[in-house]
Amino acid sequence: MRKNRKFQWSRKHLIGLSDLSRKEIEFILDTAQGFEKFSRRSIKKAPTLRGKVVVNMFFEDSTRTRNSFTLAASRLSADVIEFSKKASAVSKGETLIDTARNLEAMGVDIVVIRHGAGGAPKLLSRSINACVVNAGDGFHEHPTQALLDVYTIRRQRGSLDGLKIGIVGDIAHSRVARSDIYAMTKLGAKVTLIGPPTLLPGGVENLPVRVSYNLDEVIEDLDVINMLRIQFERMGGNPFPSVREYSHYFGLTADRMKRAKPDITVMHPGPINRGLEIESEVADGPNSVILKQVANGLAVRMAVLFLVNQAATQQGKDK
Amino acid sequence: MVKQISKKTLIKNGRLIDPKNKIDQVTDLLVDDFKVAKIGSHLTDSAVHIIDAAGKIVAPGLIDIHVHFREPGDDEEETIASGSAAAVAGGYTSVVCMPNTHPPVDEATAVEYVHRMGRQARKTFVYVMGAITKDRAGQELAEMGLMAEAGAVGFTDDGCGLQDAAMMLLAMKYASMFDLVISQHCEDHSLAKNGVMNAGYKATVLGLPGVDPLAEEMMLWRDIQLVRKTKARYHAQHISTAGSVKIIREAKQQGLPVTCEATPHHLLLTEEAVADYDTNFKVNPPLRTQKDVESLRHAVADGVIDALATDHAPHLQSEKELEFLSAPCGMVGIECALPLYRKALIDTGVCDWSAMLAMLTWRPAEIIKVQKGSLAVGDRADIVVIDPDAQWSIDASQFYSKSRNCPYQGWQAKGKVLYTLVAGEVRFEAKG
Amino acid sequence: MKTLLNTEQLNKAIRKIVEQIKSDIPSNTDIAVIGIRSRGEILAQRLKNALGSHFSGRLLSGTLDITLYRDDLNEPKETQPTVRSTEIDFDITDKLILLVDDVLHTGRSVRAAMDALTDFGRPRLMRLAVLVDRGCHEYPICADYVGMKTEVDRSQSVFVHFAETDTEDGVTIE
Repeated sequence: MRKNRKFQWSRKHLIGLSDLSRKEIEFILDTAQGFEKFSRRSIKKAPTLRGKVVVNMFFEDSTRTRNSFTLAASRLSADVIEFSKKASAVSKGETLIDTARNLEAMGVDIVVIRHGAGGAPKLLSRSINACVVNAGDGFHEHPTQALLDVYTIRRQRGSLDGLKIGIVGDIAHSRVARSDIYAMTKLGAKVTLIGPPTLLPGGVENLPVRVSYNLDEVIEDLDVINMLRIQFERMGGNPFPSVREYSHYFGLTADRMKRAKPDITVMHPGPINRGLEIESEVADGPNSVILKQVANGLAVRMAVLFLVNQAATQQGKDK
Repeated sequence: MVKQISKKTLIKNGRLIDPKNKIDQVTDLLVDDFKVAKIGSHLTDSAVHIIDAAGKIVAPGLIDIHVHFREPGDDEEETIASGSAAAVAGGYTSVVCMPNTHPPVDEATAVEYVHRMGRQARKTFVYVMGAITKDRAGQELAEMGLMAEAGAVGFTDDGCGLQDAAMMLLAMKYASMFDLVISQHCEDHSLAKNGVMNAGYKATVLGLPGVDPLAEEMMLWRDIQLVRKTKARYHAQHISTAGSVKIIREAKQQGLPVTCEATPHHLLLTEEAVADYDTNFKVNPPLRTQKDVESLRHAVADGVIDALATDHAPHLQSEKELEFLSAPCGMVGIECALPLYRKALIDTGVCDWSAMLAMLTWRPAEIIKVQKGSLAVGDRADIVVIDPDAQWSIDASQFYSKSRNCPYQGWQAKGKVLYTLVAGEVRFEAKG
Repeated sequence: MKTLLNTEQLNKAIRKIVEQIKSDIPSNTDIAVIGIRSRGEILAQRLKNALGSHFSGRLLSGTLDITLYRDDLNEPKETQPTVRSTEIDFDITDKLILLVDDVLHTGRSVRAAMDALTDFGRPRLMRLAVLVDRGCHEYPICADYVGMKTEVDRSQSVFVHFAETDTEDGVTIE
């Protein structure tokens, strides 16, 4: 028999990477690879999700992620509804669940949600039948960002096994860092978190990572460095005295790059605060894969939309 | 001729546990009018309502010194009537309502209002604590004296802690004039910030802002120093951390007039319960770790915990359906508290029925200075009859409470309230 | 399981296809051999190798993954479809495309492949080569070059094995 039992993707929601297996993560990446060259075709569209409705529910401002999801859904021929609402307005009037149920009544198949409250996508997935894809919730997870990060590293380096990866910056308030830690360590990389103690999360000792307060000390060892965006809007309480002092210790400057391995891969989830966490010369330099990350994001999101819809199709049979 | 209904009730062959009077024996108990008339073997009396309590526990009615019945203001969540009905179903004959209503109970007429609604409900005795400060704003003292005259049994700004140390010092000094307890919700806002669960690894993984145990412990420690100075009677509400237990234990060893309470949820649940963002597990102070649970149980065993209190906090389903970050704190549980305490304390070997009932009867009564919680001849007949081993399934949809935010839904409970008598009258009788 | 073609017969069938192509397409034509994943891909490679000496024009090759164009994506099925990459690194517009698959059955895969290809450009001519035409066509599609034509019952499946990915060359019916 040739039809040996192939891997089956069975999740109709993508909430986070913490409970995904290595195999599942690799399957998403493999699927994304099938979509990578899509952007180079003359007609950048396939009928895969024709007749399906994808809602982009963004309760937080976002340009990059929203556009990426919109484009991904459009390229698969889905109809896309853009929905945005400030989280504050929602808590006064219609609740998240009400809103979602209303949308579902219109026959929505996939809800892509960005929300300021950690756990909002999970709440949604419990309350509606449509597939739920997390596009970032509070400082919980941002799975598609982490997937495109590891996808980019894999394309660049072949594999993550044994790679030394540094994540620098505000880990405490970063959903990207959390999802990155899960994805990278599951794929075999050794992750070091680098930042001031005030920007490291509680219970960090229980995460499968090492911690350093000294970028200069660890940068020599790193194969990949991911510079997180300093998100002033999320911090509060001034966890460091000034931008100048932060950059002095944790900014990726051209000078600091001299200590790094010549082939170090420089990443950033964007949008960049130029001159704060990363100098322009480095962000635009030869080691930077920042724009590749954006391009790969599209392939990863197409893969995710395709897979959750497939799982929903499959589960439809079981009902 | 209309037959006069007897006000006598004879409870036969029950295991009478009266911790205050150190009684634990099988006996009969006769209630006449609103008092305990006789205790002894083979009591007989004509024209009485007889309760066969063989194999059951007969104890003083339970006292809960921390409930939220939401009236005035939020009667969609709970009313004093619905809360009282829930209370007697849980075996409680006295409850103390917290003043964080809308408007708050910060003056004598509000105290009288709560009492009046309690009397009208005619279920459990309803007491109330007054606010320490006007509008619970932490700025100016409320009229403690007038509220005390109206019958307030203590003062608290519960819902939040009194942040300003100088204000707390003032309140303690002033309250000592009436010998009423200052009851504090220990939470330092500068440390707690917008936290919604216990700080640490679990909060990090869930991406939720955490409340460090220090937020509770710092305020508790501060207050103890103020007690040292003022000698005011002080009660720490719903303590949740190992550190708090240590602070209280030391204060007691130093002879300070300090008491504290523990809730069923802090004795049973940990932060692990939050894993699925179920807002029914969102509570303030938050669920902590197994180590804290163990520490609280240990504190029960060695007497550091004075009272068991539910912090019964009803909320609308629509509010609890919000995101974890936005949903209100609190859970209901007064109707299933007894089996929960049993599970946390008796089944784990922490203490026996007598010690547990002490924390549910005379010991909380002492904190609020009411003559209740014992069953000697001549005492008011507030009585609960418990089947200690009856099994039942907790189903919030069957609650008398108006709200359904119960984290114990579907749990198998052991221990059931069969009868609750308030002032000699059967106010609750279990169905079936 | 029954053997439809053994190794020798399979290779003979391939040679038959090659001969048909040679006699049909002028040797100076630019031609792009595009195999449908995954067995069509191997057959395409073999055809390309065999045709190399014959054609004097440019001989390009590519691989087509038709998953995104399948008409059964919204139906639950035994095996979940897997998306793999399409490798066509040239412009197909105005070229002669030789589309290659291992088995022609319902015609649905070919339909999907034609849709997929037209999203890459507008070929001048498209021809279809299959190793086995087993009958039971559901769409009005016929192959231009066929290694073996036979009628297999609807309830049975035809499997093509290639040494490149399986143990040896051969075609079986199950």
